[in-house]
Amino acid sequence: MSKLCMLSEAIATHVHDGDCLYAAGFTHLIPFAAGHEIIRQQRKDLTLARATPDLIYDQMIAAGCARKLIFSYKGNPGVGSLRIARREIEVGNLEWEEYSHFGMISRLQAGATGLPFIPMKQTAATDLEQVNPNYRRVVDPYSGNEVIVLPPLHPDVAIIHVQRADENGDAHVWGIIGEQKEAAFAARTVILTAEEIVDESVIRSDPNRTLIPGFIVDAVCHVPFCAHPSYTQGYYDRDNAFYLAWDDISKTPESTQAYLDEWVFGVKDRAEYWEKMGAETRDSLKVKDRFSLPVNYGEY
Amino acid sequence: MSYSAAELMIVNSARMLQDGDTVFVGVGQPNLACNLARRTHAPNLLMIYEAGVIGAQPARLPLSIGDPTLVSGAASVCSMYDIFSFYLQRGNVDVGFLGGAQIDRFGNINATVIGDYHHPKVRLPGSGGAMEIAAWANRCYIMTPHQKRRFPEKVDFCTSAGFLDGRKSREAAGVRGAGPEAVITNLGILKPDRDGELVLAAVHPGASVEAAIENTGWALKVADDLVTTQPPSEEELRILHDELDPQGIYLK
Repeated sequence: MSKLCMLSEAIATHVHDGDCLYAAGFTHLIPFAAGHEIIRQQRKDLTLARATPDLIYDQMIAAGCARKLIFSYKGNPGVGSLRIARREIEVGNLEWEEYSHFGMISRLQAGATGLPFIPMKQTAATDLEQVNPNYRRVVDPYSGNEVIVLPPLHPDVAIIHVQRADENGDAHVWGIIGEQKEAAFAARTVILTAEEIVDESVIRSDPNRTLIPGFIVDAVCHVPFCAHPSYTQGYYDRDNAFYLAWDDISKTPESTQAYLDEWVFGVKDRAEYWEKMGAETRDSLKVKDRFSLPVNYGEY
Repeated sequence: MSYSAAELMIVNSARMLQDGDTVFVGVGQPNLACNLARRTHAPNLLMIYEAGVIGAQPARLPLSIGDPTLVSGAASVCSMYDIFSFYLQRGNVDVGFLGGAQIDRFGNINATVIGDYHHPKVRLPGSGGAMEIAAWANRCYIMTPHQKRRFPEKVDFCTSAGFLDGRKSREAAGVRGAGPEAVITNLGILKPDRDGELVLAAVHPGASVEAAIENTGWALKVADDLVTTQPPSEEELRILHDELDPQGIYLK
């Protein structure tokens, strides 16, 4: 059954005020277009969960979509601070819940596998345990040693960007796969965005590359360049210059609002955003081909 | 001849790596140190990135921890859960690199908050992978500029465990890694003594013991066998400037 729809429809149908959202992707495949659409539809009181909030959540916080942030590294990767998230936390406007990367991912892994928790070894750094009551210790019944546990995370909605998917939502992903599968299986609803919509036969030609099976997907949206200024391996490069530029843009509420007015509210969708980006930027992010060799699955 | 703070820190960190080490690489200066080591004395260095890349051979300077250049040509790519569990927690990582806003007398690191946690004066990015790297890598190196505010007697918040209150307290906590082996600064190298207290073990050419003491927030002891590090060689500097970071982004 085809689950194809416009991204605006998918957001309107599946993302509600007060939801817990997990926009997946570790540096790679971050679904910025979905974040922008949520901003355009002016969702409120969201709990935004991501290992690295990245610019997508900084922008959503700036636009007033968020009540709470769940994270494990709140920086602008390769640049420095996420100014807006930092400021809102420092002035007490934004609730937050904090983990290490492994803690965050183990919450998703537990959620994705239907377990009450996934035990982790101790790290001897106990300060985070002191300030986040979700951190607990239980006794390993075999060794008698304590292990660290965290409850499962079940986002209301996960948004997963992929290179290619068929209309059922079976999706191929390559490059850094971060926490995409875990977020998708942990969530109650999955919105999939794809650079390309391909025939089912393309997916079935290489089933080992299918990271997300269609039956857990609720909506499939064809959104080329969805991840910019993040990237899609083999399709376009990360816009490192924009990550640097955001450090300036996010310095004042006025310059941040001007950005949102021009690049989020000022465009209808991702296609218009990408057109507006201009030929020079688009060309600078093109990547040269480097193909993998095909494998022989055999005819049986 | 004078060297930049970054050059001194990168070259001396690279020299700490052994051929055959499996190293958990961070972006920026640690990445340069590892790639320098791989091009000089440690051609069999296995570079793992927390984004889930194993055996990376980056063709260009990675500008983020998840740069696509890490993937193309790598030996393997896995999920974040796998990299932290199969690789780090299982004990398959020899070396971790760490940094932070504060490093204290016992090598504990704060990358979380200055001031009270619930009412932060300065809210820093937080752990990322650092909490587990510090605990589970066989040995850790910390790269940081040598400034008094970065070296307090005790960190405001312990994001990553060094020796806690001393080597015995880390042992009592029962974590698998041996803890910080060296702190590489622009002035010299600090190493833990028998009790786990960081002492000045080396100074770089042109740097003084007095400057190191003055820029440390506790009464820094000087090791009996204090040495002066070898200056960066022409070849090391050539690789850094010509091959690894031609725009000098991380070399200032």
